[in-house]
Amino acid sequence: MHLDEKIWLFLSFGMIMIFMIFTGYQAVALEMGPPSHKETIDPQKVDQTAPFDNPGIKQIGENEYEVVMTLQIFSFTPMDIEVPAGSTVHFTLTSKDVTHGFQVANTNINAMVMPGHIQKISQKFDKPGKYLVLCNEYCGAGHQAMSTTITVK
Amino acid sequence: MQTALKTTSIKQKTNQALGVNLEDARISKSYLAVAFIAVLLGGLLGLVQGLNRAGVLTLPAWANYYQVLTAHGLLLVVVFSAFFTIGYFYAGLSHTLGGLLPKVRKIAWVGFWTKIVGFVLVVIPVLMNEASVMYTFYPPMAAHPMFYFGLVLIVLGVWALSVGAFMQVAHWRKNHKGQHLPIMAFFATGVFILLVGATAFVAVEVLFLIIPWVLGWTDGINVMLSRTLFWAFGHTAVNIWYLTAVSAWYVVIPKIIGGHRWSDLLTRMVVIPLVIMNITGGFHHQIVDPAISEGIKYMHVFMSLAIGFPSLMTAYALFRVFERTARQKGGTGFIGWFKKMPWGDVRFLSPFIAMVAFIPAGAGGIVQSTNQLDQVVHNTMWIVGHFHLTLGMSVVMTFFGISYWLIPYLSKRVLTPNMNKVGVVQTIIWTVGMVIMAISMHIAGLFGSPRRTSFTTYGDFAEQLGWNPLMAAVGIGATLLLIAVILQVYAVFNMMFFAPKGETEFPIAEEEPGAAKTPYWTERWGVWVVLMLLVISMAYVIPIVDMIVNAPPGSPPFKTW
Repeated sequence: MHLDEKIWLFLSFGMIMIFMIFTGYQAVALEMGPPSHKETIDPQKVDQTAPFDNPGIKQIGENEYEVVMTLQIFSFTPMDIEVPAGSTVHFTLTSKDVTHGFQVANTNINAMVMPGHIQKISQKFDKPGKYLVLCNEYCGAGHQAMSTTITVK
Repeated sequence: MQTALKTTSIKQKTNQALGVNLEDARISKSYLAVAFIAVLLGGLLGLVQGLNRAGVLTLPAWANYYQVLTAHGLLLVVVFSAFFTIGYFYAGLSHTLGGLLPKVRKIAWVGFWTKIVGFVLVVIPVLMNEASVMYTFYPPMAAHPMFYFGLVLIVLGVWALSVGAFMQVAHWRKNHKGQHLPIMAFFATGVFILLVGATAFVAVEVLFLIIPWVLGWTDGINVMLSRTLFWAFGHTAVNIWYLTAVSAWYVVIPKIIGGHRWSDLLTRMVVIPLVIMNITGGFHHQIVDPAISEGIKYMHVFMSLAIGFPSLMTAYALFRVFERTARQKGGTGFIGWFKKMPWGDVRFLSPFIAMVAFIPAGAGGIVQSTNQLDQVVHNTMWIVGHFHLTLGMSVVMTFFGISYWLIPYLSKRVLTPNMNKVGVVQTIIWTVGMVIMAISMHIAGLFGSPRRTSFTTYGDFAEQLGWNPLMAAVGIGATLLLIAVILQVYAVFNMMFFAPKGETEFPIAEEEPGAAKTPYWTERWGVWVVLMLLVISMAYVIPIVDMIVNAPPGSPPFKTW
């Protein structure tokens, strides 16, 4: 093996390890791990199961809100949420039918929402404006129409 | 020893004198013909989608976007790639292992027709809009049962071909004790092992979870489990097509540029880890899924990134081969030797661009396998841009480059200078189209534009988020790509049936003179398969048991399109 090949392989290995270390540091120390909530629900009884029997937005602290939301073809419940700028919003999500995706453009909100499983993701909204919420997993003929908004005032 | 030498030289002489075995050639030609018909149809459907997303084409009522997208994905990721891979490696096995055994030939035909019948069964419900479920067919979306029966037949066909390849290799090894498997057959062995391993997962998903459920024998399906089994297959499949392209980079390209192969030992040491570690890579498609703990996801970042290492070895090896060959031809300077490469030869140009494309493609892959970065781009157009670089450039352009010698070799014809020019033009158009498309898709994805979504403006959000010009560029890219596809398919069928008769060689580069002998341990396939199974168990046993034990009540089937 040539010296330059050894250097290249060392750099390759080092780069992969650096990616590992950063990912681990962000996930553990900065609590930026990907949405991975583990809780199940009967997908055919979502409307009768708390908290999804009462979907909506609720203030749970100063600048802190909880949104309980169901996703179904081809809408979100509740639609058109409003929160004050600077608030942190905790989303609790599940699907009433097929697999959906929950994405808010211009934020890092991106999570799979599957029937039978409850998914959670949080985001702090600092900049006022209207944010696009969309389903990013193909869910049927009206998938492109499945969107709503979050207004930050 | 003397007899061994004699038989090889006799075999080489017969190969040279007779060229390809005609019966073996017919097998490979059939596979390649199907592959390129699939490219033509898939490319046409790709244009339809590109123009739809650019906002210039409204689809008629009888063909919805999702139906078209399902067909595009299946035709290109499943039909084209699989048929090309099989046709190419069966030609390689026939050429380097002294002709296919009669029973292997029979198996190849049985596999061919099983796969064709399977595809017809898949295509009928897709055409009837009864299976607009995409390449991934995630339950609880449920297609017509015929779709899944077709998938089962396709998998059975793949298994038949794999068994055929293993029999061929085992037969050779029995008669050549202590010798290393010729390098092309070594790659083929790795590819067919991975094909069996990957399709085993999807077979379990379809046979034991989906079919009983769509037939109404079970009430609900485990959505997470099916999705996880799918990705163990879905990601490995595309990596198999990549490994096929890599085989040509290591074995064929050095010969075409008039050089020698890279170190035989290191080449084999790239194949072995790619086989051992590949299947576990599928988990990075599930980074933002519920029901998988962060710890497991973190372990899988490592498992996915580890696959990057052999690719980085490959990058070094190939450019080193280019440099060495060019310097032998009198190239000088730090990068001046580049001028000595055969740029006008499509058999080199197309795979070379494919390799260059793998630099950004591989880097993007590393980004996506990393948890927090994936969360930014998951299910956006970024991903679509990524696999148009990896598959649409690195794999497809290598396959196209191969076709310019493989097809004349099989049909006992030659590549004429004119056809070479067609190939060069085709390569340039394809490159420009794919670069425009892939870059626009990556950027649109960063701006939040979702994948697998027909034309929509989301009110005025598309304008505000800056997606519109990018999606228009995708439409332009798709148009160029279709022009290139038409040229390519014309070239393929011309070389198969009309080009001037003559002998074309199957280019396999030799090792450097005086190269060190490769130790025999590289040939211990039994060990590599056991290691592969261990790595798979390490990755999958805990999460899959968790998904079964802690499963929610199952979901009923839905038809939402």
